Amino acid sequence: MTSAISPAGTLRIGVMQFPGSNCDADCIDSLQRHFGIKAIALWHQEKSLPKLDGIVIPGGFSFGDYLRSGALAAHAPIMNEIKMFADRGGSILGICNGFQILVESQILPGVLLRNLSRTFICRDVNLIDDKKRKLKMPIAHGEGRYWIDEVGLSRLEQSGLIAFRYVDEAGGFSANGNPNGSVANIAGVFSESKKVLGLMPHPERATDVLMGGSADGLVILKEFLERM
Amino acid sequence: MDYEVLVQLKAEVLDPEGRAIQETLKSQGFGEVKAVTVAKRYVVTVDDGSKNPAAIVEAVASRYLANPVAETFSIKRLDA
Repeated sequence: MTSAISPAGTLRIGVMQFPGSNCDADCIDSLQRHFGIKAIALWHQEKSLPKLDGIVIPGGFSFGDYLRSGALAAHAPIMNEIKMFADRGGSILGICNGFQILVESQILPGVLLRNLSRTFICRDVNLIDDKKRKLKMPIAHGEGRYWIDEVGLSRLEQSGLIAFRYVDEAGGFSANGNPNGSVANIAGVFSESKKVLGLMPHPERATDVLMGGSADGLVILKEFLERM
Repeated sequence: MDYEVLVQLKAEVLDPEGRAIQETLKSQGFGEVKAVTVAKRYVVTVDDGSKNPAAIVEAVASRYLANPVAETFSIKRLDA
């Protein structure tokens, strides 16, 4: 894959780093390698953001996942700036632990709980996105069971804010295709503005078929950049 | 001053850990145990000179120790 699919070569993206983040370098590499944009690391203790077009909150185990996954990172100094960035309509992508941080900081609705199986799950999953496209990407988490109450769920459904749902090989919403017991098979959700996306699967780990998986993650990264 | 904060999932949220314990108990001959609920217990020690320790613990529990989306909490003074 080359930067030929880049929507814009001049974008500046910040990739968050908390103690315990471990997908930050992969996110920076995949954005720079495939889209030719400038991606810089942002340390969690910063109290102001540089001029940015978008922010990625990557996966990992921020602050050791103590208290709850993402709960301590949600109160880091930088998060006030990230909330203001979201309020201004900034494009944010939260992946795995980044999604957990976004729900813990209530930038996105719902919560991510211990997997139904009580085990850490690391494998490829099948997904359907809000445009009915079928994608394959890896997940790697112990707390990825999305939950929201019935009122919240119907709001997500009616507003078209369910970004990704887990499906089985046949494309159905069976329990078999739902790796962690998420309500309504939800794997990712948008904010009401659709500028903030959180998802448990790892698009940055599915950007090059030479790595042995799919390159479907490029679609998600490309559309993240297009929301700027 | 010590306060105990108990945090647990709301009744409508499935607790897979509690369910696994209950199922194991059932297989061990404790079929009359209908449910096990897992909770996290925090002990929060507030400075003795604090003017409003209960309010501090309430704020800590509601903003940090529990996630109001899926969890409830209760507070008990331990050394009263």
